[in-house]
Amino acid sequence: MKNLFKTAAFGMFALASTAFIAGQANARDLTIVGWGGVAQAAQSDVYFKPFSQKSGKPFLEESWDGGYGVLQAKMKAGAPNWDVVQVEAEELALGCADGLYEKLDWDKIGVKDEFLPEAVNECGAGVYYWSLAMGYDGDKLKDGPKNWVDFWDTKKFPGKRSLRKGAKYNLEFALLADGVKPAELYDVLSTDEGVNRAFKKLDELKPNIVWWEAGAQPVQYLASGEVSIAAVYNGRVTGINKAEGKNFKLVWPESMYAIDSWVILKGAENKDAALDFIAFASQAENQAKLPLKVDYGMPNKKAAATIPPEIDANLPTNPENLKEAIPLNVDFWIDNSEALTARFNAWLAQ
Amino acid sequence: MMSGKSFLQKSGPFLLVAPLFLFICLFFIWPLGSVLTQSVSDNAVARLLPETAKVASSWDGESAPGEDLQAAFVTDLRAATDEQAVGDMVRRLNSAQSGFRTLMSKTLRAVQETPEGLIDLVALDRKWSQPQYWKAITDALSPTTDRYLLAAVDLMRNDAGEIVSQPPEQTINVAIFGRTFWISATVTIFCVLLGYPYALLITVATGWKKQALLAAVLLPLWTSLLVRTAAWFILLQEQGLINSALMDLNIIAGPLALIFNRTGVIIAMTHVSLPMMVLPIYSVLLTIPKNLMPAAASLGAHPLRAFVRVLLPLSFGGIAAGSLLVFMSAIGYYITPALIGGAGDQMISSFIAFHAQNSGNWGMASALGIVLLVVTIILYAVYDRLATQRERSA
Repeated sequence: MKNLFKTAAFGMFALASTAFIAGQANARDLTIVGWGGVAQAAQSDVYFKPFSQKSGKPFLEESWDGGYGVLQAKMKAGAPNWDVVQVEAEELALGCADGLYEKLDWDKIGVKDEFLPEAVNECGAGVYYWSLAMGYDGDKLKDGPKNWVDFWDTKKFPGKRSLRKGAKYNLEFALLADGVKPAELYDVLSTDEGVNRAFKKLDELKPNIVWWEAGAQPVQYLASGEVSIAAVYNGRVTGINKAEGKNFKLVWPESMYAIDSWVILKGAENKDAALDFIAFASQAENQAKLPLKVDYGMPNKKAAATIPPEIDANLPTNPENLKEAIPLNVDFWIDNSEALTARFNAWLAQ
Repeated sequence: MMSGKSFLQKSGPFLLVAPLFLFICLFFIWPLGSVLTQSVSDNAVARLLPETAKVASSWDGESAPGEDLQAAFVTDLRAATDEQAVGDMVRRLNSAQSGFRTLMSKTLRAVQETPEGLIDLVALDRKWSQPQYWKAITDALSPTTDRYLLAAVDLMRNDAGEIVSQPPEQTINVAIFGRTFWISATVTIFCVLLGYPYALLITVATGWKKQALLAAVLLPLWTSLLVRTAAWFILLQEQGLINSALMDLNIIAGPLALIFNRTGVIIAMTHVSLPMMVLPIYSVLLTIPKNLMPAAASLGAHPLRAFVRVLLPLSFGGIAAGSLLVFMSAIGYYITPALIGGAGDQMISSFIAFHAQNSGNWGMASALGIVLLVVTIILYAVYDRLATQRERSA
């Protein structure tokens, strides 16, 4: 009996070590990491493939769902296996402060004057503006939710809800649902009472929340009827409307917007090619093509000016959509993301 | 010639085990050692602030520190050129005291701009007048720490250095450990209840029936864990095979909640672990002479009594080995609860993976691993003790 146990244990060990050795890889092509889905498919068409044709070198693309810790762990483990990564605003600031990214040579990128000021960073160049907004199926809900109070109201709008897993955005949404005015949002959230209040409000909805991590999930949940309202990336909603003829609606008031950036991981194998790629993806003529495929706002002003009005109406950067939208407070999340993420994870597992 | 031969004779056995020894050192002892070191090491701050460490003891910890500590701190920051090391330090400090990151980027910029002389830190940012920021620095100056190990069991040190429990909204690990052992124990019990009769059935079956029964155990064992779990995902989901079959047969009116909860996790983990229970029991049952049960019957024992008094004690070794295998491997389950379970069914390995891959907190990941290892070793020791006692009394 003991022999059997030992044999089994050794067998598993041997298996694990072979897998480990087989996992080692050779020199690698320029690896670009986006957020998957419709956005990355569009990026692939207008940035990745044309750039690869121009430079004559192949590229690899991968996708991720964000999380500063993922990058931290990658850098801690030694030479990173990604070169260019699309990161969210606070990931950009955190990693730049922590020395995880290469400093960008904006002279080489060359379009600093054409960029909106917040899209220019010493470590990152703006990818696009996007919104996290309420989405619902317009065929199932005729008179849809108007704000986050409605989102929390499961009597008025029966069914489950889907939210992006993580502390960021959900604490804000919870406070909005609890009656906090958008202008005071981050003042309230900066206090301990405010954080407690947000978690208490999330408690109310917890049994009815289906959490998502990848941007494709909430639209699937809406399509299958598993949830009735979801917080979704705006581009996914118009994307599925176009691709599958759905009638999904977005609620722009109280949606939250932010800008993503391209960064180059420190010590990346292909960092020169990576900078060339960022320069390519920042040019006005290339950026102008992206909103034709997916509804995100462009940081290059010259590119933004060329967008046809019927497409511009669906972009997070459209003045009409921005009117009641709330910008993500990046500074707040730079200082608090670790503590609040830890608390959120504990809350989630309880 | 003679001496050469005796050397070979002497060293032969050692040479034979050398690869194994090397293998164990490389893949077992070394990783374990580095995990242990990770869980207590805390040099991200100490290695960059040697001057600060020298004068830190002079500070009373109450008010804003004097000029010497501030000057030493600025000197250290000037000397720190490795950006990544500075980043590690900032991260470590920010995890002790929120707000450090923006404070440090401000301070580092000022240090770069003023390469000589004193910098009035308090004028730069009012935060530097608050003792908790300095406390975060002085607390981090020791190269070793017990904060990860304490945090792994929901404890922490308060400002006075006493060990206290963490605020309730942050406690999580003890509950997760409890959940992990509870799920593993439940799975083990279900495996015994299902596996023993099945092993008995294989033992008494003959010919193609025996082969078919054995194949039913071995085929899943040879199939990837991920595939088996994904299969359960398909079977258990709301519109899945099980629910639709039960609804078509009018046994239930609406779909049962079988997935994203504890029920689903137990069902899938039991199925995945079953071969590890059946095979040891089967191998022990094979060695028990077939004529014992008829002998007991001939002495007038009821079949049930004969089973309890004869077969069960003799096969206990198989049950114990199977239970140990199932329980120990169940403790480390990760993929099955992740796919089949909800947020409240995740086991400790998913939290270890979270700290290792999604938060870059290797200290915490290592500490959780160490606690898991220690608890498992204790459980094994208890089992070993019980097993030997039983053998002695038998």
